[in-house]
Amino acid sequence: MPTLEIDGRKVDVADGLTVIQAAERAGIEIPHYCWHPGLTIAGNCRMCLVEIEKIPKLQIACNTRVADGMVVHTTSEKTKAAQRAVLEFLLINHPIDCPVCDQAGECKLQEYYMDYDRQRSRVPLPAKVRKKKAIPIGPLVMLDQERCILCARCTRFLDEVTHTSELAIYERGDHCEIELAPGRVLDNPYSGNVVDICPVGALTSRDFRFRARVWYLERAESVCGACANGCNIEIYHREDRIFRFQPRQNLAVNQYWMCDNGRLSYRDLQGEGRLMQPVVRGEDEFVGSTWASAIGQAAGRLADLARDGDPGAVGIVVSAQAPNEEVFLLRRLGAALGARMAGISWSPPGAFHDDFLVKADKNPNTSGLRLQGLGDAGAVDDLIRAAAAGELRALVLHRTDLTAWRDATAVQAALERVPCLVVIDTDRREVAAYADVVLPLATYAECDGTFTNHAGRVQRFHTAVAPPAEARPGWAVLGELVARLGGAEPPASVAAAFDALAAECEAFRNLRYDALGAEGQPVAGA
Amino acid sequence: MAERLLLRCRDIPDLRRLDVYVAHGGYEATRKALTTCSPEQLVGIVKTSNLRGRGGAGFPTGLKWSFLPKQTAKPVYLAVNADESEPGTFKDRLIIEQDPHQLLEGIIISAYAIRCHTAYIYIRGEFALGAERFEAAIAEARQAGFLGKNVLGTGFDLDVWVHRGAGAYICGEETGLIESLEGKRGYPRIKPPFPATHGLFGCPTIVNNVETLACVPHIVLRGADWFRAIGPEKSPGPKLFCVSGHVVRPGTYELPMGTPLREIIYDHAGGIPGDRKLKGVIPGGASMPVFTADEIDVPMDMDSVQKAGSFLGSAGIMVMDETVCMVWTALVIARFFHHESCGQCTPCREGTGWLEKVLRRLEYGEGTATAADVDLLLNIAGNMMGTTICALSDAAAMPARAFVTKYRAEFEEHAALGRCPFRPIAEPSRRHAHA
Repeated sequence: MPTLEIDGRKVDVADGLTVIQAAERAGIEIPHYCWHPGLTIAGNCRMCLVEIEKIPKLQIACNTRVADGMVVHTTSEKTKAAQRAVLEFLLINHPIDCPVCDQAGECKLQEYYMDYDRQRSRVPLPAKVRKKKAIPIGPLVMLDQERCILCARCTRFLDEVTHTSELAIYERGDHCEIELAPGRVLDNPYSGNVVDICPVGALTSRDFRFRARVWYLERAESVCGACANGCNIEIYHREDRIFRFQPRQNLAVNQYWMCDNGRLSYRDLQGEGRLMQPVVRGEDEFVGSTWASAIGQAAGRLADLARDGDPGAVGIVVSAQAPNEEVFLLRRLGAALGARMAGISWSPPGAFHDDFLVKADKNPNTSGLRLQGLGDAGAVDDLIRAAAAGELRALVLHRTDLTAWRDATAVQAALERVPCLVVIDTDRREVAAYADVVLPLATYAECDGTFTNHAGRVQRFHTAVAPPAEARPGWAVLGELVARLGGAEPPASVAAAFDALAAECEAFRNLRYDALGAEGQPVAGA
Repeated sequence: MAERLLLRCRDIPDLRRLDVYVAHGGYEATRKALTTCSPEQLVGIVKTSNLRGRGGAGFPTGLKWSFLPKQTAKPVYLAVNADESEPGTFKDRLIIEQDPHQLLEGIIISAYAIRCHTAYIYIRGEFALGAERFEAAIAEARQAGFLGKNVLGTGFDLDVWVHRGAGAYICGEETGLIESLEGKRGYPRIKPPFPATHGLFGCPTIVNNVETLACVPHIVLRGADWFRAIGPEKSPGPKLFCVSGHVVRPGTYELPMGTPLREIIYDHAGGIPGDRKLKGVIPGGASMPVFTADEIDVPMDMDSVQKAGSFLGSAGIMVMDETVCMVWTALVIARFFHHESCGQCTPCREGTGWLEKVLRRLEYGEGTATAADVDLLLNIAGNMMGTTICALSDAAAMPARAFVTKYRAEFEEHAALGRCPFRPIAEPSRRHAHA
């Protein structure tokens, strides 16, 4: 293990690391544009030039391997002079159109200019090389060639990660430009990542641009719910509106990337169809209710029907859209009612998937459902048959769009025969038309909780925005319902709900909510 | 030098034909090397000869060869750098067109020495005749058993392929050349790793210049000691000097390494026409710092030229007399490097264009240049040096810096006059006349 010295600090790092990585581990920032941990080393931006003792020329920290006894200076006069020079070179042909540039506020040219340069321009504006601006190069990406610093992050991503090579660098010298290959469009399933890794305003998101200045946005750590992969994300939001998803690094799950489908799935979370308020069936129409009244009615009817009927007269269906804590509390509900439980994990047939990040299973928590014993796909169909046969007195549908996921006519006929239907969901679906009580839930962007991804990794998501109107987090709603039915006291927090799950369920036994960390933990045996 | 070796084509008509070449002792060196020497011995001989690369950097050839891994499961490649694109250089072209078998012998012997069975010659795209003649030479040699399977019955196999470049200066940089050979954009690679371990297609690769390889058969035939005795010991051998510009007899001259620059210009090249005064000489191709008229008493070998503040480079000697505007010359050179910068590294991509702009302002700017532009040039050049993947940035910065430093008064005069004093005052334009 080599020991080197960076800015007077001794740093022990693993052999084979580069100086830029060693510095990062020691908390010392070496400015860089082209280097990205998920891509090969290009060494072209020259921003990371540092002085290393006993080497006459400055070296690029991104391609210099650490060696025992190496002495690196990242703030010496020689290093600073090189940083200033490189920034000046980068800016001489840059249009400096920050006021109308969507990257402003998260632009490495702006940041490094303030941190490392701060010189006046020595190039008159008319002398700059002009290139093309605002070129749509794909459904998600807009290209501005003038702002491009030719770090080749985008081309390397498309060569090395997606292997699609839609973009390349054309021309030479200061006429170099990023451009689509002839006849191509940047429309691969991961195209949005080039926007994230572009350090400047050359590639901006056609979905996000001009919708908000980034410095007004807040971020919440989360997990994408669009499929079973569980890509780690950050939710950018402001005033309870979600503006974008961006991938968050997790080498065990999604590295640095996410798919376009997941990236745009934020739109589904705040759509028109959200349930806003608890409702109960009145004489001949639904009427709005308070939470206390709606939960009271649901609990009362479920308790009555369960008591009067045979064992198994109540059915509960929970989908793989539900977080682990909700699944757990639904199981408590089932125990209190002596109910028949069925899990369902439905994905649109033929939906896109690949062998990288996009899974065929479009549910974020199929593994969590299975690990809590609700993985039997046939159980739902048994319940529908039981309902159709008039055997079910009551049915709870949790985040379940049963008419869409099964034969609609058969389900409708079955639901007609169930005396009491309780729907607990985020969005209005057809089954709600048959409901007696509808309880509106928060999405995963609106509450805390965990999903278990396809590989058995339990990952936390955090509240980004408030739920719409009166919708509430599922763990709180279900906890209260269970308590009303004489079950356990409601968990004080989602952490308490998870820890109670861990205490009861073997696969989660060694996990604690507060110890899951930013990147999650695998369940036993995963 | 009494005897010409590299330029025997000047003395023997049709030397490019195999029969003529063989009749004059051709392929004896190959026979000797392959039948009496082991590869290790050959590397040793070339090392002892102190042969240094003729492409520009002057790296010791034998040492370069010895960087190849001793054991490797991968094929070893030899890439012959025939991209000769340094302005003022036209020596390799002569060998390829007029004496291709000399080069081919050098390739065969060197390939044998480095245990290579596939060699590529990367030939400048403009050298259409050279490519044609070299293809013909390869066909002849293959027919005669000097190439292909079982060369001269020794069991050694070698194929040589011609690859024509597409017109980029940067493809003469060895890793840019390798990228281009692989079919990619000619981008120099970051080092390490070096080509000797990770070169063409990721395999161990040696890149040698045409003239360098042409020296090898002579070293094999006459011995390392003979070679080392020509010129200075640390930088020895016969050398081709390309003389162009204001001389009576421009052309390529084969002279011992270390021949004084003054002798080359005034004796061999016949001096300056019209007895005009010498103003400056670029000793090693456009990328090398210029010498003033007072600085030409320098022996033309690698170490001496470097000691005098420039580089022997590719030995492209460009002579300028007193009628030449040095700002204009610096501009022409800057324009070339601006055009040829691959655009990969920031300082070179942006700096080469900036240098050209400032020089253009001084030369043609009609008063837009200021006295501060002179120091600006030095500052830009300083920021470009030593900060990039390959040497092109330095190649653009070094001459600019040398021109400004050595002819500063001329640059300042341009700034003060607002025009070039070497050209007549321009007629006032119509627009100005009416104003």
